[in-house]
Amino acid sequence: MDKQQLRQQVLEELQRIAPELEAETLRGDRPLRDEVDLDSMDWLRFLGALHRRFAVNIPEADYRQLHSLDSLIGYLQQRLTTASAQNLAK
Amino acid sequence: MIEFKLPSLGADMDEATLLEWRVKPGDKVKRGQVVALVDTAKAAVDVECWHDGEIFELLIEPGAKVPVGTPIATLLEAGESPPRVRRQAAPAAPSTESAPAASPMAAALVAEPALPPASRPRVSPAARKRAAELGLDPAALSGSGPHGVVTLDDVEAAAQPAAPVDRHAAMRQAIAAAMSRSKREIPHYYLSETIALGNAMTWLQACNAQSTPEQRLLPGVLLLKAVALALRDYPQLNGFWREGAFQPAAGIHLGVAIALRQGGLIAPALHDVADKPLRQLMSELGDLVQRARSGSLRSSELSDASLSVTQLGDQGVDCVLGVIYPPQVALVGFGRILERPWVEAGQLCARPTVIASLAADHRVSDGHYGARFLGEIRRLLQDPDKL
Repeated sequence: MDKQQLRQQVLEELQRIAPELEAETLRGDRPLRDEVDLDSMDWLRFLGALHRRFAVNIPEADYRQLHSLDSLIGYLQQRLTTASAQNLAK
Repeated sequence: MIEFKLPSLGADMDEATLLEWRVKPGDKVKRGQVVALVDTAKAAVDVECWHDGEIFELLIEPGAKVPVGTPIATLLEAGESPPRVRRQAAPAAPSTESAPAASPMAAALVAEPALPPASRPRVSPAARKRAAELGLDPAALSGSGPHGVVTLDDVEAAAQPAAPVDRHAAMRQAIAAAMSRSKREIPHYYLSETIALGNAMTWLQACNAQSTPEQRLLPGVLLLKAVALALRDYPQLNGFWREGAFQPAAGIHLGVAIALRQGGLIAPALHDVADKPLRQLMSELGDLVQRARSGSLRSSELSDASLSVTQLGDQGVDCVLGVIYPPQVALVGFGRILERPWVEAGQLCARPTVIASLAADHRVSDGHYGARFLGEIRRLLQDPDKL
């Protein structure tokens, strides 16, 4: 999956939690939870949705790597690449 | 015969518009069963019935706006036989079987009561076709066309729920009314205390490390549980001020302030918090937040809360000194959980802490009592295993 597709899918999940979100005005380099006004319950629901969609379980310890939308996409892409490499190795 | 009245929907909601009935005459209902859906300034609410019985008559129609306390249906008690004549059973009503026609509203809506029953109902062909598609009886609608003819628009309008209200303005009005009343009537006193959460956060991290996001606990759930447990020992903060006196609440139902995405807030009750394990509270809280935001709360959730809790830590504030939600007599606030300088055994260190605050009604309790209550919350949070 390329970065653009990944971004699109992440935005879909975000919009499910914040229906008023306008993807075009979301600034990818800003703190994501401020940009989208996600409280801790929203955030957990969002991570739950990513877990179900991409089978990537993001531990609490990695939250600091998910500062902005851009960094979240980077993180996810890396996790997905690692996962598929491991699958190939099997 | 039991008169079922529109139940209280919380201090800031004194009227509601019926959107739809979920029962019809003849239905057996159980206590707690949802019988109707109403719309209020803040949210659509599932109205629960508070009696076991059998629905005899529905007294209002969808679209009707009525104050809290208005009788909206009558119920027969178990074993009670129906009265011979229905109160509103006008002989002209053609279909007493289709329930709503029995109510005064419906009687008023039936078009042209003067017409002899044999004459053709005045319904435009397009309206008749559409009504058949929607499963409506066009003859039961009031016509807005020439000579009261039921038009396509009338049918479409009947199929729609009540016209949407300006939710934002209505919500501001509701909050304004409740909060003005609170500040006018309740002599608030305020206390705050910084509570160390080192143990709690370490415990939580360990607990969440092995979990998927769906299973994780939020710190806020620990705080809610600690408040509820502390209330067991401080009952003067758990209840209502009504008619010039304090009434302790029977259960510990915490109102949880939930910010709505479109603005405004609502504080539905999480029931029996002191008795439930943390995981159950977490899933119930998640469910409550989602339902509050999608507008599907139950009437008991809007009227039962015996003390409210507001957590504004996610917004980054250190401390919140709240406004009590009448007729409750206290409100607990939590700010942001953050590492702050802390002194432990003579050593300066950094520890996660939270500032807990209490706003309480001085007619019911005093600062000394409130301070001991906050101290109990602090003590409980030092031992998260027991929460």
